[in-house]
Amino acid sequence: METVVFALLNGLIYGLLLFMLSSGLTLIFSMMGVLNMAHASFYMLGAYFAFTLGQHTGFWFALFLAPICVGAAGACVEKWGLRKVHASGHVAELLFTFGLAYVIEELVKIIWGKFAVAYEIPPELNFSLFELFGSQYPAYRIFMLAVSIGMLAGLWYLLKRTRIGLIIQASLTHPHMVSHLGHNVPRIFMLVFAAGCALAGLAGVIGGNYLVTEPSMAFSIGPIVFVVVVVGGMGSLEGAFIASLLIGFLQTFAISIDASFAEIFSFAGLSADGDVGRITIASLAPMLPFILLVLMLMLRPRGLMGEREF
Amino acid sequence: MSKGVFWKTSLTALLLSGGVLSAEAETIKIGYIDPLSGPFGSTGDAGLKHFRYAADEINAAGGMGGMQVEVVAFDNKINPKESLVQLQKAIDQGVRFIAQGNGSSVANALTDAIAKHNKRNPGEEVLFLNYAAVDPALTNKKCNYWHFRFDAHVDMKMAGLTDWLRDQKDIKSAYILAQDYSYGRAFTAAAKSMIEEKRPDIKIVGAELHPIGKVKDFTPYVQKMMSAKADVVFTGNWGTDMTLLVKAANASGHTVPYLTFYGGGLGAPTAMGQSAVGLVKQITEFHENIEASEKQMARVDDFEKTNSLDYYYERVFTLMNMLDKAVDGVGSVDVPKIAAALEGMTYETPYGEVTMRADDHQLMQPLYISTFSEGVARDVENTGYGFKTDITIPAAATETPTTCRMRRPS
Repeated sequence: METVVFALLNGLIYGLLLFMLSSGLTLIFSMMGVLNMAHASFYMLGAYFAFTLGQHTGFWFALFLAPICVGAAGACVEKWGLRKVHASGHVAELLFTFGLAYVIEELVKIIWGKFAVAYEIPPELNFSLFELFGSQYPAYRIFMLAVSIGMLAGLWYLLKRTRIGLIIQASLTHPHMVSHLGHNVPRIFMLVFAAGCALAGLAGVIGGNYLVTEPSMAFSIGPIVFVVVVVGGMGSLEGAFIASLLIGFLQTFAISIDASFAEIFSFAGLSADGDVGRITIASLAPMLPFILLVLMLMLRPRGLMGEREF
Repeated sequence: MSKGVFWKTSLTALLLSGGVLSAEAETIKIGYIDPLSGPFGSTGDAGLKHFRYAADEINAAGGMGGMQVEVVAFDNKINPKESLVQLQKAIDQGVRFIAQGNGSSVANALTDAIAKHNKRNPGEEVLFLNYAAVDPALTNKKCNYWHFRFDAHVDMKMAGLTDWLRDQKDIKSAYILAQDYSYGRAFTAAAKSMIEEKRPDIKIVGAELHPIGKVKDFTPYVQKMMSAKADVVFTGNWGTDMTLLVKAANASGHTVPYLTFYGGGLGAPTAMGQSAVGLVKQITEFHENIEASEKQMARVDDFEKTNSLDYYYERVFTLMNMLDKAVDGVGSVDVPKIAAALEGMTYETPYGEVTMRADDHQLMQPLYISTFSEGVARDVENTGYGFKTDITIPAAATETPTTCRMRRPS
């Protein structure tokens, strides 16, 4: 029972963090057709900006300022980089963002050094909120949960209930019509790109001190974000949401399962001493998202909620 | 003279003069192959600073056999394949001594490659000085003449920790957590067999291997230990894996003893804080509150002042000083003779006499079990907490038998 409760809570928090990252990626993809390989780098920038800003303004200002800075960086990248490359087609865009990811990583190494920085949880939130089955639950995790849910609600409201959301949705499917109606579509694109990056930045701000802030953080989470987007269905926010939670739960649950292959496949005569029988489900946890990716591409290439094949 | 000929002659002249220069002032190069970037970068960097400091000390005292020592750093990203590339690079630069410590997987690859190199290139032998890779196989099944280990291996340290466990009658269950590679597997195997042997009544409620350097949040692992009701945790984790584990244990309020090899340094104490007091134990050859001469304490202080880093690897100094002693005795960079001098050498460290056992090239040194405590004379990482010795294990008592059948070059 307690294992299930903990796995659910931790999985939910991890899943929502993944959603914060993948929502921006999937929005940018569905709107501009750009698969932003550098998306996780903006997540890293968020964490580093929050670390540096936090030293001057404290965590709470950094919580708002850092995503805005990341969003501004994203807007610059779109306006002066991506828009120019856009004319040369998708391969050029892909290569551009791919290169950008490396550039950002090297810049981060030059500015903040090659090692992890001491980006800590703010002392106001560094206490345990409640006790559950004898184990304390840190307040910061609940704070992350609150921020994620706040972001989710805000995004939903913006897209479904406001005029801007209407125009964004319209530009997704009918960009020419929207521009004929007098809207500046390139500017909308830039804003969406900036907003997507800012969301990744926000994930960095609250994830950087919960996990570790180091130059390799972008490359360690990047692949999982892509898995989320592909499993959820390219360009589908709902799909990304379901896939994020699915992967969050899958990974945390797997860690708590001790069964080994030998126990599961004992009917096939697998021995516990062999190389295969020795493997436990828990040790497979980091690999599971990628197994899911391969299975999804084999069985349902458009993803859970996606509308287009690719 | 045409332009081309002019350039060629001047280039040749330049190269020649360079060659003459380097021959005049001979330096001993020590190739330091360890991670200097990525998740374990800070661990590798700390080791490098110890080596550089020890080299400066030796140079100030006249160098090794009159030659200056230089530590050349190579970043292997803790990848065995990358390490072999860096090894070749080091050998091409004239490095004859390789120092490495982080990752037994790397050490296993290096020891094989160096043995092969030495067989194929007589007269250009390379020595492998291992300061921290503690897979027992390196001085047992896989031992080779060119490898010398200056750290106590897993079985020796585990014997110490389980001796402590023997007298803890209220501990009824244990959990083992280690990184999933050769060292972590050796750690788990040693813990299992020694707990079984010394305290058959203790139930091992879990033995887990996690991917090295990949886990960013250890909370699920800690919660698993808590629901398994473990009374004690054995962990072999080091570097970020140790820091993050302690961070998660701290946040979840997991208050049982943690028996560690590497709980005492390189970022872990900073993550521990008040809640770890009295609980985190380590077995090491050094911590700052072991009594030592004033000279040694001055060295510790000066190291910490110049590097803004905690003094952690006493064994790096042991390694460098024993090498110094060997080179002084031989008088030149004759690697086979230096290896022969190191075999069986005894050396007086600030913490007692150590011996390089000739049978397997494993250093025998006193070990200390210590606990993270309040109110100690010297703290770690400016936390206000430090380590206090529980048990001192004399060098002779740390000896474990070896299966090594050393093949010596004729």
